[in-house]
Amino acid sequence: MYPRPIPATAPARRGLYIGLVSLVLLLWLLPLFTVMVTSLRSFEEVMAGNYWGWPKSFNLIENYTAVFTQTAMAHYFVNSLVITLPSVVGVLVLSTLTGYVLSRHRFPGANLIFALFVGGNFLPAQIMMIPVRDLMVELGLYDTYAALIIFHVAFQTGFATLFMRNFIAALPDELFQAARSEGASPGQTLVHVVLPLVRPALAALAILTFTFVWNDYFWAIVLTQSDAVKPVTAGLSNLRGEYVSAWNLVSAATVIVAVPPVLMFFLMQRHFIAGLTVGAVKG
Amino acid sequence: MSRLWRRHSNWLAPTLFILPGIVLFGVVIIFASLQTIWVSFHEWDGVGAMVWVGLDNYRQLIDDPQFFVSLKNNVIWLVMFMAAPPLGLALALMLNQPIAGMRIVKSLFFIPLVLASVTVGVVFTWVYDPSFGLLALIFTAFGATASALLSDENFVTVAVVIAALWPQIAFCLVLFLAGLNNLNEELIGAGRVDGARGFAMLWNVILPQLREVSFIALAVTVIGALRSFDMVAVMTSGGPFGSSTVLAYQMYEQSIFSYRFGYGAAIATVLFVIMAGFIVWYLHTLLKVEEGNA
Repeated sequence: MYPRPIPATAPARRGLYIGLVSLVLLLWLLPLFTVMVTSLRSFEEVMAGNYWGWPKSFNLIENYTAVFTQTAMAHYFVNSLVITLPSVVGVLVLSTLTGYVLSRHRFPGANLIFALFVGGNFLPAQIMMIPVRDLMVELGLYDTYAALIIFHVAFQTGFATLFMRNFIAALPDELFQAARSEGASPGQTLVHVVLPLVRPALAALAILTFTFVWNDYFWAIVLTQSDAVKPVTAGLSNLRGEYVSAWNLVSAATVIVAVPPVLMFFLMQRHFIAGLTVGAVKG
Repeated sequence: MSRLWRRHSNWLAPTLFILPGIVLFGVVIIFASLQTIWVSFHEWDGVGAMVWVGLDNYRQLIDDPQFFVSLKNNVIWLVMFMAAPPLGLALALMLNQPIAGMRIVKSLFFIPLVLASVTVGVVFTWVYDPSFGLLALIFTAFGATASALLSDENFVTVAVVIAALWPQIAFCLVLFLAGLNNLNEELIGAGRVDGARGFAMLWNVILPQLREVSFIALAVTVIGALRSFDMVAVMTSGGPFGSSTVLAYQMYEQSIFSYRFGYGAAIATVLFVIMAGFIVWYLHTLLKVEEGNA
């Protein structure tokens, strides 16, 4: 272990260490804590400028009910789900196929295709913005869920292909040799050998993709216009303009946007970390 | 049909498998990116016909002071973002202790990473609030008056980058913690026997083993800096008076708000060239590592 572990036999040093770590953690998350606390404050308190003190009254139910009933936040939230979930499924399907072929079949141009998938994933979104927007307008998909879903599936497939290719390439070679010697077709190999073994990778990929797509802001404002299809990120940005001084409501909305990815992260933390560090690139 | 299929399925099936991914990625990502370069040689309002103007858009760029503001700000982003890997490493070294409860503490440190940049932007706009924000509070405690950072041309970009560093440091922390878990125990033991301690140990024994992780941390940080858009859009909209724009934001503004798609495409192309240089270096190193492993 590095650094050297603080031994359990030195309680004073351990206590000091825990105290220090707690202090740093408190400072690290202070901005977030205050937003959470402010989402409980009353409007009067926010107007009086009590941002950082202990709240005088707790308005959890009032504030969150207000966000869901007085603003379009509930609608944005549903939109985000409608966009994110199909995108995740699409990415998993496509990248399992591309990752399998790129890792287990040799053909001319394979390296080039792989490099394009990986390299394309690093491109700044703005370089493709104008043609993608134009394409969606031409297809009549501008300002629909489909525009965002198609784009996200396409873009995330780059990172996901890298991820799945590496995972499938690391599977034991004997399995594939055995499948071949028994005369299994590529399709049968995919279904009976690859699929049962890639489940952990798919779990990691699903949560990463979910987070990337849910948190997207740029494409949300480029490809959508109306409240009917806008996801939470763009919705929150709008809301902030409309409710300039009602920081308690904006804070509650901020918390609502943050809950799904944070929840996913805590439920599947092991997968999330494994995914980030194996692929080691972020979409 | 079925006989034909059986005879050729060995190459036909894989081709069919990979085709949807290639077509979608090829059209929506790769082809669209190249198309932008084509658009940059035109004048186009986004609706009507495109008019070929050759290098006009690029000539205008060179005379556009706003372009150099964006470029300068991109450099500020890049330089300041270089703080993320060392700070992430420092946090990782602090947190890598096998004590009960540390797992939860580590995951709490990771939280900024999973927040949407819009969320981070909103949170920090509020930290910087000149009348009641956290910063104002600290300044008042010392008897000073906080300046409104986000409306101060000199500080606005620095303030936005500091906010963006929050999740970026968390990302580097995740990478370095994974790296620290894969250290070679024997080398550390040998180092300890040889009397390596403190900084010498870190520099001579630990860091060489973290080379791959550091490379990845550096790469994602450079990309993160060049990609910066969300935070600028949410926190300042490029203001005050265009002083906090970056290439990505200026491009968006020119296209979507001013309907100058050709000009926007030219800015995007410049960003692309900067990024491409970096991507080539990254892929080159990555493939070299892969060959080394094979």
